[in-house]
Order: sequence, then structure tokens, then C-alpha cells
Amino acid sequence: MQRLKPFLTFGLLMAVFMLSGCSDMVVLDPKGPVGEQQKDLIMYSIWFMLFILLVVYALTAFIVYKYRDRKNHKGYDPDNEGSHLLETIWWIIPIIITIALAVPTVKTIYSLEGPPEETKDQKPLVIHATSVDWKWVFTYPEQDIETVNYLHIPEDRPILFKLTSADSMASFWVPQLGGQKYAMAGMETELYLQADEQGTYEGRNSNFTGEGFTDHTFDVMAMSDEEFEKWASETNAEAPELTKEQYDKLMLPGHVKEMTFSSTHLGFVNHVDEADYAIKARERLGYEPLIPHSKAAKEKREEEKKKKQEEQEESESHGDSHAH
Amino acid sequence: MKWDEFFVTGDPMIYGADVSIVLTMVGILFYLTRYKKWKWLWTEWLTTVDHKKLGIMYIVSAVLMLFRGGVDALLMRTQLAVPEAKFLDSQHYNEIFTTHGTIMIIFMAMPFLIGIINVVVPLQIGARDVAYPYLNAVSFWTFFIGAMLFNISFVIGGSPSAGWTSYMPLASNELSPGPGQNYYLWGLQIAGIGTLLTGINFLVTILKMRAPGMTLFRMPMFTWSSLVTMVIIIFAFPILTVALALMSFDRLFGSHFFTLQGEGMDMLWANLFWLWGHPEVYIVILPAFGIFSEIISTFSKKTLFGYKAMIWSMLLIAGYSFLVWVHHFFTMGSGAAVNSVFSITTMAIGIPTGVKIFNWLFTMYRGKIQFTTPMLWSLGFIVNFVVGGVTGVMLAMAAADYQYHNTYFLVSHFHYVLIAGTVFGCFAGLIYWYPKMFGYKLNERIGKWVFWLFTIGFNVCFMPQYFLGLDGMPRRVYTYSEESGWGPLNMVSTLGGFMMGIAFLVLVYNMYYSFRFAKRETTGDAWGGRTLEWSTPSAMPPFYNFAKIPEVTGLDHFWRQKQAGKVEKLTAKDIKKIHMPSNSGVPFIMGSFFFVLGFGFVFDWIWMAFLGGIGVIGTLIYRSFEYDDGYYVSVEEVLETEKISK
Repeated sequence: MQRLKPFLTFGLLMAVFMLSGCSDMVVLDPKGPVGEQQKDLIMYSIWFMLFILLVVYALTAFIVYKYRDRKNHKGYDPDNEGSHLLETIWWIIPIIITIALAVPTVKTIYSLEGPPEETKDQKPLVIHATSVDWKWVFTYPEQDIETVNYLHIPEDRPILFKLTSADSMASFWVPQLGGQKYAMAGMETELYLQADEQGTYEGRNSNFTGEGFTDHTFDVMAMSDEEFEKWASETNAEAPELTKEQYDKLMLPGHVKEMTFSSTHLGFVNHVDEADYAIKARERLGYEPLIPHSKAAKEKREEEKKKKQEEQEESESHGDSHAH
Repeated sequence: MKWDEFFVTGDPMIYGADVSIVLTMVGILFYLTRYKKWKWLWTEWLTTVDHKKLGIMYIVSAVLMLFRGGVDALLMRTQLAVPEAKFLDSQHYNEIFTTHGTIMIIFMAMPFLIGIINVVVPLQIGARDVAYPYLNAVSFWTFFIGAMLFNISFVIGGSPSAGWTSYMPLASNELSPGPGQNYYLWGLQIAGIGTLLTGINFLVTILKMRAPGMTLFRMPMFTWSSLVTMVIIIFAFPILTVALALMSFDRLFGSHFFTLQGEGMDMLWANLFWLWGHPEVYIVILPAFGIFSEIISTFSKKTLFGYKAMIWSMLLIAGYSFLVWVHHFFTMGSGAAVNSVFSITTMAIGIPTGVKIFNWLFTMYRGKIQFTTPMLWSLGFIVNFVVGGVTGVMLAMAAADYQYHNTYFLVSHFHYVLIAGTVFGCFAGLIYWYPKMFGYKLNERIGKWVFWLFTIGFNVCFMPQYFLGLDGMPRRVYTYSEESGWGPLNMVSTLGGFMMGIAFLVLVYNMYYSFRFAKRETTGDAWGGRTLEWSTPSAMPPFYNFAKIPEVTGLDHFWRQKQAGKVEKLTAKDIKKIHMPSNSGVPFIMGSFFFVLGFGFVFDWIWMAFLGGIGVIGTLIYRSFEYDDGYYVSVEEVLETEKISK
């Protein structure tokens, strides 16, 4: 046992240290029924896993301690080569555990394909989410508005996201509302999410898409139904229209600030049928992809770094003037 | 292509690398010339077809690659230690995680294990070499050349940066222009040829060249695991070859298999990649399972528990490995039925794997456990691998996976299985068979330091990552904000990473220390082994392995002979002349032509690729007109080597 002591103490310390932060972890702190179901499944499986670990560690510790080579060693049996009873036990128990995990898994998989149980009678709000390197374009076809890099959604109502991509394969993920799904060029995937609490949640692309991937993020604001309707009608009345030229510019790889429009891109293109739209738009605009280690690409990176720094300094100085 | 774009410029770290590469090369050339070692290098190593020497070369290359991949890892961990660090920019970081992943899997884990298989399997089955020794050399040189081609990318042309999975369309010309991605395609393609050849070679070797009396169910567990691995290689690697070829067509010749234009299908790449990629992770875990089986049995001084169950569970795992690939992209939206099926098949892999864990534990039950370093690594494997195993089952639950996918939870899971499984296995195997390769053991005291440093560092590095994943930290981001709150755990993780780095250095120091000071073994049986490789009279078997091919009467033949006190002593009349294959420089030359071919394709210089291709075909033609049937080792020479008087 003496040998294992530091190891066990260390493990225990680690576990306490980390579990103390459990409740703050976003995946285990969901704000909607989709994330809630996933959290329940995760917690259910974690108990099984802790049980398995306990059994294996206890058995390992016992055997290693008892049968270590020492003076007065007892019970040595070099030809002990199997036991039907024991082997049957450890084929059957994992099978039972697998079944116990498979049943709720399959149930949840099927349940997540549709809107949440409690709100399935409501008509879901449809939002198209289109990923373009490295921004998100959100289209509300019924409200006839389009936003870039932010979402407004009503609470307590299922949202049906129709996901696609104008170029690389992205993954639409708002951890606190629920799990992710891929957005792919020439494809449309569907994802139901719902917020039960008002607030701002961070969303992002979680699938690697190249240089700007890290900042490929957006904000989700969940608000009351009235607030949402008000925002939608105001946006529809006041925001500028989205022109094809402007939309084509969005197709260029890069980051942009949040934008709002009072019309949608569905009039000019459906990325599901036209997977190469973005590539063609880039050609029209004379954009040339740069080889990462070419002189031109390096100059561009330097320029962007400088620009980012300037922006940062600017916003900091603005902050200062507020304080004064 | 301008010259300032040919060499990677502008980064002081890269210039540092340039200088150290040039200095190392000059150093090696100087050493070889000064000590007149050129001939030795050529006749003893570059032209060898001896499986033991090829195995050692595989292992040496793999250790070098472990260093390279490890430096990549530490660069990444340094960048992630604190929020908004400016140590690496996004492009640089992306290149580093791409090369880290590719090198560790393709050029470290696999060659390390193939190296150990090369050294050990022919000895374990009582054979004098593999079935196709010449082909074995071709395997090694194509692997080595593929690795070198991939590795020079960071100083010439720029490294690939689309991830080791290289998902399309990100990896297409439109989104990843330039030579970087081509390095990935051609480095893997050339090395892949070698792996496929190894698969065929060892399948035939194990099936056809076993010593008389060694039936399939009398084979040592490591040989069994190698056999199963070779079957997986033969079925899986052609998929990679085809997928890489299709992507190369897309990039070089404008076809549209996976591209955005021309109705290419990016999901097809993901499917093909993982159809190979999932079996691939079993290719790097099953031999490790075999290594642990040997070691646990040896140092418990006991027969392996449930020998047949071990084999059947391995065969089941091999079969399943081709039925689970969709779990790498449950989030692709294939529908509830597909995800449910693949969830269940994936969870089902846990069953035979769990069975193996219990069989290892009960091998120690009623044993006499000795805590040698190989045994420590094996125990460390059980304790840590289980963590990777149970989190693997969690990831298999598709509905929950939507939340784990693409996060550090996943990153932590696969490092727990690949490090605690494969890397622990490589270290354990290396230390265990070190006396077979070099005639002396690695120092045990230093070895224990390495084990504890590495194991604790490993847990400190990767345990926090499970929690970072649950806190929503995506993988492959090059930095994160202060507000995310991921800073402290990342710092802990980085410290753990550096601990592993230190452990690696101590391991290398141990190799030097033991080379200088270790007691040389006087018998072939350094550890009290059970299988035929320990039955050779000398610590390092001669090039023909066995003066007389042993006859096997059961499992653990050598152990039983020792127990009964009936170890055969060779006498002069046992010795007959021995047929051995001749050395050949052709595999090395063929490899060099492969390099020319690959380099040409990387830079889209078709003329150069063409010349390389002609060279490769030329060596093939040359070989087919070569009437070299090998040679005989005379009885006198065998007697002298075995120190037997007439």
C-alpha cells in the first residue's frame, strides 16, 4: 500500500480540486431543454464510469499488494490460467453496463432530432445559420431580416436552425443551449435548440476552419417573446437592405463586426444548391488565396496584427475618456 | 516559386531550427569521415535486411520523431499556458498542431511498434528472418523517406496547417494553397506504402514461418497481437492510399472529388479518412496490448490468464474497428438511426477491452509480482488507460457527444488512450527487449524516475483537459480570452506537459548512462522470460537468430523447459549450414527516388516527380533481374559464433 499512497493522495487532491469547479462548467450548466437532456445523460454516464474506475482500482490495488514478490509469499500458482466462472462474469457485466448506457443514449438521440417535448406544440422559429470563413450569417426568413455574428431569439420557444456553409466545414455550437452540429457546403443540417432563460450566451464554430478559426464566434441573446417581436419589426423597418455586392464581400475570408439587414441573402443564393458560390464571388472580387509563407501573406498578417493593436488601443483610450 | 518563398523565413525559431539542422548534418558527416565510418554505415545499416537491425532503425527514427512531435506539443502548451499569449500566431500554431498529430501517429507510434514487432516477432516464432527480408528493407526506407519529406516542410515551403485529419474543403487549393498540404499527402502516401508492405510481410511471416510445433494457439500473445494488427493494416491502408490519391488529384490535377466546385463531396473525405483512421488507432493499440501481456505474465511469473479469451477479444476488437468510424462525426447529421447504431457498436468495443483488463489483473492474481520498470509501465497502463477507456464510452454516447465533440474533453480522451496505451506500451516494450537489442538493460533506478515523472506529468497535463472540455474549450484554438476562465487549468496542463518533456530527457540520458555503465548480459535470458526470444544462448541473437530451429511443444515453451530443467544445449552435430538473404542497397536507393518523386509533387514540379518515378520503376526492374538467392553460412562459422567446440 505504501507504494500507492502518494499516487492515491495525488489523485484525490486532483479530483477535489477539479470537481469543485463542476457546477460552473458550461456544459453542466445548461439554459435550455436540449442542453438539459444532454447534461442528464452525461451525469448518468459519469456515475457508471466512476463505479467502473472504483472496481478496477480496488481490484488492482488488492492484487498488486497481496501478490507482490516478498518473503513468506503465499498463494503462488504459476499454472493458474483461467476460470470459466470469472471470465463469464466479466463478459456479462460489461454487456449489462453497455445496455444500461445504450438505452438512454438511443432515446436521447431520437428525442434530440425533434423539438423539445414541452414545447413541441409551438411552431418553431426557423433561422438559417450560414458559416463563411470566419463569420456567421443568420437569416430569419419569416421576419425577412439577416444578422451577422449575433442572434436574437425568443425564450421558451423551439428554434429550428438550418445549417449550411459557404466554404469550409464548420460546427454550430452554443454550449449552454445544447450540443453542436456541422454546417457543410452543399448540405443542409437541422438542429433544434431552445433557451429557457433570458441572457446572452456564447456561440461558436467548434470545427477547425483555418487561420481565423479561433475568433469564429457569435453571441446569442435570448429575450422575451415581445422583445423579440419588437426587435424583429424594428430591424425590418430600420436596418439597411442587404445588397448582392455587400453579400459577396461577406464571402471574403476574414472577420467582420456585427451587422444587421432588413432583407436576406436567400434571394440571390441558396448555398445548399450552390456550394461554390463563395469561391466564385471571391474570383469576381479579384481575391487570390495567399500561400501562407509567401511574402504577400506575411505582409498581410503583419498589417492585420497592426490593425488589431490599433483597434485595441483605440478602445482602451475610449474607455479612459469615459472614466474621466 | 520565388526563392524567398521556398525557404521559410521571418521567424527566429525557424532560423534556429535551420542552424541546428545544418550543424547536426555537419556533425554527422564529420564524425563519419573522421572515424572512417562510411563503410560501416553502408554495409551494417543502410543495406541491411536483418529484421533486428531494421527494427532498431525503426525505433531510433521513432524516438527522434517523438522528440520532434514532443517539441511541437511543448510549443503549443507554451502558447496556451496563459490567455491571449502572443508566443505563436494562428498560422504557426495551426501548422504545429497539424505536424504534432501527424508525426505522433504516423511517424512515431506506428514505427515504434513496427520496430518492436520487427525485432521480436521472428525471434518469438523461432524464425531466422521475416518472409521477405528485402521487402522489409523497402518498408523501412519508404517509411523513413516519407517521414523526412514530411519533416522538412517546416523549413522548406511551410508545413501543412489543415489538421492531421485534413478535412476538405479546408485542405483544398482554394482554402489551403501552397506546398504545405502536399507535404501531408505525399509524406503519408510514401510512408503508407511501407506500412502496407509490412502488413503483408508479417502476415506471411507469422502464418508460414513459425517453428515446428508452434500452432496458432501456441503463439505468444505479442505475436498474436501483431498478426491481428497486420490483418487490420492490410484492410485499412488501401483506403488511406486511395483517399490520399484522390485528394492529390484534387490539388494537383484539378479533379473534384472533395472540393467545393464541381459537386465535390467533402463528407466523403471525412468518411474515407476515418474508415482508415479508426482501424489505425487499433493498429497502434493492439501491439501495445500484446507487449503488456508478455510483460505482465513474465513479471508475475505466471501463465497469461484467459489466453483464448485474450485472442478472441482481440479478434472482436479488430472486427469492430471497421464498424465504428462514424463516431468521429456524430455531429454530421446522419440521422438518429445511423448515430444509434454507431453509438452501440462503439460502446460494444468496451466489452472485449474490459475483458482484457480483467484478464491482465488476474494474470497477476496468485502470481509473484516483481516491480521492474517494464512492469511499472504496464501497471501504469492499466490504471491510466481505464480513464481513457471509460471516457471513450462516454464519447460513444452520441447524444452526449454533441457536447464533447471538438472540445478538450475529446483531446484528453485520446491522449489517455494513446499515451497510456501506446506510448506506455512502446516504453515498456523498449525497456523489456532492450537487452535483446543491445546486450544490456537500461538502468532500473533511472528508469523508475522516468516512469514516475512521466506518469505524474501525464496526469497533470491531461486530467485538467477533461474539465476544460466540459467548460466549453474547443480544440485547435490558438488562444483564448481571459474572461473564459480557462487560464488556470491550462497553466496546470502546461506544467504537466513540461514534466513529460523532462521525463523524456531523463529517458535519453538513461540510454547514454546505460550504454556507458550498465552490466553486460551474459545469457540470452535477461528477465526470466517465457518465450523463444529469450532462449538464444547469447544476449543479442546472432544475425541468423537460431543456430538450430527450436521445436515447440506448448505455450510458453521456454519457460516450461526451464521449469523442467530440460533446456536444450546445442552440440556440434545439431549444426547445419544456414541459408540467409543477402544485403542490398536497392531499397535505400529506391527510397531516395521516392523522395525525389514526393518532393516534385509537393512543389508541383511535375518533371522532378517524373524523374523520381522513373527512378523508382528502374529500381523495381533492376530487382526483378537480380538473381541473388542469398548465401549459406558455413557450419564452421556457426560453430564459432555459438562458441561450440567440435
